[in-house]
Amino acid sequence: MDLNFRYELLAPEIAVAVTAVLVMFADAFRNELKLKRNLLPQISLLGLAVALVLSLMLGNVSDDFARLVQVDEFTTFFRVLFIAVTLILIIGSHEYIDRHVNHVGEFYGLLLFSTVGAMLMAGARDLITAYLAIEILSFSLYVTVSLSKNDPRSGEAALKYVLLGGVASAMLLYGLSFIYGVTGSTQYTEISSALSAGNADFETALILGLALVIAGLGFKASAVPFHMWTPDAYEGAPIPITAYLSATSKAATFALFLRWFAGPLLPAIDHWQWILALLSVITMVVGNLVALQQHNIKRLLAYSSIGQVGFMLMCITAISEQTGSALLLHLVGYLITNLAIFMAVIAFYNRTGKEEIAEFKGLAQTNPYLALVITSGLFSLAGMPLLAGFVTKFILFQSVVSAGYLWLVVVALVASTVSLYYYLQVIKQMYLYQPEDDGNGSNERWSLTVTGYLSTGILFVGVVWVGVYATPFYEFADKAIAPLFT
Amino acid sequence: MTEPDALALVAVFLIPLGTALLLMVVPSTERSLLIGITALSGFAMFVLSVMIFLQYDFEGAQFQGVRAWTYMENVGLLGENGIQLKVGIDGIAAAMVLLTGIVILPGTWVSWKIQDRMKDFFILLYILTAGVFGTFVMLDMFVWFLFYEMALLPMYLLIAVWGSTRKEYGAMKLMIMLLAGSILIFTAIFAVYAEAGLGTFDLTQLYGVQFDENFQKIYFPMIAIGCGILAALFPFHSWSPDGHASAPTAVSMLHAGVLMKLGAFGIIRLGFQMLPEGGAFWAPGLMFLGITAALYGAISALRQTDLKLMTGFSSVSHMGYVMVGLGTLNVIGWTGAVLQMFAHGIMTALFFLLIGGMYDQAHNRDIPNFSGMARQMPVWTVFFVIAGLASLGLPGMSGFIAELHIFIGAFRAYPLVGGLAVLTAAITATYLLRMFSQAFFGEFNDRWEHLRDITLAEKCGAAVLAGTILLMGLWPSPWVNRISTTIAETIPLVTL
Repeated sequence: MDLNFRYELLAPEIAVAVTAVLVMFADAFRNELKLKRNLLPQISLLGLAVALVLSLMLGNVSDDFARLVQVDEFTTFFRVLFIAVTLILIIGSHEYIDRHVNHVGEFYGLLLFSTVGAMLMAGARDLITAYLAIEILSFSLYVTVSLSKNDPRSGEAALKYVLLGGVASAMLLYGLSFIYGVTGSTQYTEISSALSAGNADFETALILGLALVIAGLGFKASAVPFHMWTPDAYEGAPIPITAYLSATSKAATFALFLRWFAGPLLPAIDHWQWILALLSVITMVVGNLVALQQHNIKRLLAYSSIGQVGFMLMCITAISEQTGSALLLHLVGYLITNLAIFMAVIAFYNRTGKEEIAEFKGLAQTNPYLALVITSGLFSLAGMPLLAGFVTKFILFQSVVSAGYLWLVVVALVASTVSLYYYLQVIKQMYLYQPEDDGNGSNERWSLTVTGYLSTGILFVGVVWVGVYATPFYEFADKAIAPLFT
Repeated sequence: MTEPDALALVAVFLIPLGTALLLMVVPSTERSLLIGITALSGFAMFVLSVMIFLQYDFEGAQFQGVRAWTYMENVGLLGENGIQLKVGIDGIAAAMVLLTGIVILPGTWVSWKIQDRMKDFFILLYILTAGVFGTFVMLDMFVWFLFYEMALLPMYLLIAVWGSTRKEYGAMKLMIMLLAGSILIFTAIFAVYAEAGLGTFDLTQLYGVQFDENFQKIYFPMIAIGCGILAALFPFHSWSPDGHASAPTAVSMLHAGVLMKLGAFGIIRLGFQMLPEGGAFWAPGLMFLGITAALYGAISALRQTDLKLMTGFSSVSHMGYVMVGLGTLNVIGWTGAVLQMFAHGIMTALFFLLIGGMYDQAHNRDIPNFSGMARQMPVWTVFFVIAGLASLGLPGMSGFIAELHIFIGAFRAYPLVGGLAVLTAAITATYLLRMFSQAFFGEFNDRWEHLRDITLAEKCGAAVLAGTILLMGLWPSPWVNRISTTIAETIPLVTL
C-alpha cells in the first residue's frame, strides 16, 4: 500500500512544536545569551501566528498523511480554534505567568506541546495516533498544573490529576484494544466498515470496549461520574491552565468524540447511545447543582464547565450532521465566553491576589469594565440574549430536539436555569455591595495593563459578536462538520 | 391611510438599544449630558410609537410594515429563510407599541431623580425597553424570543441595585419564576419548530401550518403558562406583588405597565395564533384561572396596607380580566382583553409614578399612616384619583371601555363568569375608595408637614398618562377599530 507522506499537511503542528522547542532552548540559555524574559511569550506568539496562517492556507485541502492524520475542514476548524485559544491565553496571562509560575520556559513549551496534541486529536484518523495525541495533551497538562508558585494546592492538584488521568488512559487504551480486537483494525474507516458488516459473536466485547472508551473520554471531558479530579485540578492549577483545561482540553475531547462517534463507532450506535444519554443527564444535573455551593471562582467555573459538558454530550447522543454543526458552534461560543471570564479573573488576580467569590465585592465601582466583562461572560454562559450563549445554546438545543430528544433538552433547560442562580451570586457581589480593601490597601479605581485590555477586549467583542451575528461562525461550523458525514 | 414603515418599526427598538450603547461611553459624572440624551431618546420613542399607531391602517392587511432581513439561512438545521429579522405589526401589536412609547416617556422623566449610578440605570432600562419594543414588532420566533428574554434580563439588576424593601429577595424571586416560565416557552418553541419541519422560524409561515390536534393540546398550555407567568397568571403570580413592591419607580411602571402585557401578548402570538385548536381546547381553563386571579387579586388587595403591594395585587386582578377576555373566544371579549392590556398598562404606570413620587419624600407607603394628603399634595391627589377611577372602571375612563367589552364577552360565553367579573369590579371599588378616604381625606397628620407636592417632571409625566386615560375613555374608536378588526380577521377560532 502506498502511503502518502506530504509533510506540508502537518505544517501547523510542526510549526507549533518547533516553537515549543525554541522557547525551551531560549529559556535554558537565557543567561548566556542575555535574553529578556519577555522574549519567551513573544516567540510563542510568533510561532502560533505562523501556525495559524499555515492552517488557514491548508483550509481547502482534503487529504490524509500516511493514513494517520486526516486534514480536512474539520481539522482546520479545530486547528484555528486551538491556536487562537493559546494565542489569546498567552497575551492575557503573560504577566500572571511571569509572577506566579515556576519554570516559565517549560511552562510555555508545554503549553505549546499541549496545543499540538489537541490539534492532532482533531486530525487523527487512526486509534493509535489519536491515543498518542491525547497523551501529548494530557502529559503537558499534568506538569503545568503543578507549576504554580508558592501554592501547595498546585502539587496536590497535579498529583490527583495525574493519578486519575493515568487510570482513565488505561481504561481508554483497554477499550480501544477491545475495539481493535472486534474489528481488526485501528483505522477509522476500516473500523466503520467492519462494524457495519456486523458480527454478533463479538457483541459483549464491543459493548465492553465502548463502555471503557466512553469512561476514558468522559474523564478527559470531566463528565459525571468521572469528574472528581476537575474541581481540585481547576482550583490548584495556575489560572491560565485552568482556563486552558476548560477550553482546549474540553474542545479537543469533543473533537475526538465527534470523530469517533460520527465515524467508526456510528454503526454501533444502538450500543452506546443510551450510555451517552444517561451520562449527559447526570452530568448536567450534578454539575449545575454542585456549583450552587461553591465559594471559589475557579471551583465555580469548574462545576459550571461540567454542566456545559452535559449539554455538549446531548449532541453526541443525538448525533447527526445538524447536531454536529450545532455542537461546533456551541464550542466556539463556549470557548470565547469561558476565556473572557478567565482572562478577567486573571486580571483581577494580578491586581488583588484574590479568587474567592465574596472578594469580588464592589468590582463594578473599582473597575466597571472588568465587571462588565465578567457579567456578560456569566450571562452568556447562562444563555442570555445578545450574548454568545443565547444563540449557540438555542441552536444546540433545537438541533437535539429536532433529532428527537426533547426530554434531554427539557432537563438541559432546567439545569441551565439553575446555573443562572449561581452566576447571579457572582454578579451580585460585583454590583450590589460596596468595595472592600482590594489587597493594595485601597479601594480606588484601577485599570488593566495594555495586554489585559487587549485580551479581555477581543474576547468581550467576540462574546457580543457571536451573540448578535453568529452567522459566519455557524457557516464555518457547518462546513467543518460536513467531511464527517460524507 | 398609509401603512407604517418597516424602518420605523426597526428604529423603535434600535433607538433604545443605541441609546444604551451611547450611554456606555458617556462619563457618569456628566449628569446634564445624560439627561439630555435620555430626554431626546425618550421623546423620539414616544413620537415614533404614536406615529406607528396612527399609521396602522385597520382596513389594510393583517400585518403591516412587514419586511425581512436574512440573518441565517441554509446552514445546519436551518432551511430557506431560517432565521430572519422580520418586522411587522397587526392592530394588537400597534396598540402595545403605543403603550410602551407612552410609558417610557414619563418613565425616563421620573428616573432623573436617581442619584446613585444613574447612567447604569438608564443603560439597563433602555435595554429592557428595546426588548419590549422588539418583542412587539418581531415576526420571527427566534428573534421574538431573543427580545422577550432581553426584556427580562435587566430586571434583576434594576431591582436588586436600585430597589427598596427586600429588594434582593424580590429580584431573585422574580428572576427565578420568570426564567422557569422561559423553560416552558423554550420547550414549546423547539417542539413547534421540529414538528413543523419547515426549517424556518418565520411566524407567518408557522401560522399556516396545521399542527396535529394532540400536539396543540400539549403545547398550548406550555406557552400559556410560560408566558402567563410574566402576565401574573394565577397561581404563578406570586412574584408580581413582591417584585413591584421592591422595584424602583420607573421599573415598576415599565414592568407592571408593559412587561406584564408582554406575557399576554405572547399567549396571543405564540399560543392562540400558532396553535388555535389547542387554544380553543384550553380557553375555559384560561378563563377559570383568569377569574380566580381577578377575585383573588382584588380580595388580597383589600388586605394590603402597603400602597405598592396593593397596586401589585390590583395588577394581578386586572391581568386576570385579560385572561377572562381571552378565554371568551369571541371578538368583543378579545377586544376587551387587548383594550384592558393597554388601559391597565397606562393606569398602573400612573399609580406607580405617583407612589414613587411620594415615597421618595416620605419613605413610607403604609396607607394607615397617611390622612388628609389632599391638603398637602393636591396635584398628586388629583392624579391619583384619576388613576383610581380608571382602575375601578368609571365611565369616561379607559378602564371602563376595556372592562365593558370583557364583561359583555364574558356574559355571552359564560354568564356566571361575567357575574363574578362584575363582583370583582365592586371589590376593586371598595379597596380603592377606602384607600382614598383614608389617605386623601380626613384630618391631616402633622407628621407629613414637610412633604411637597410632586415635582414638575412627575407632573408632566402624570399628565401624559392621565391624558391618555381620559382620551381613550372619551374617544375609544382609534383603539377599538384597530384591535377588533385584527381580531375578527386574523384569529381564526374567535367568533362574533
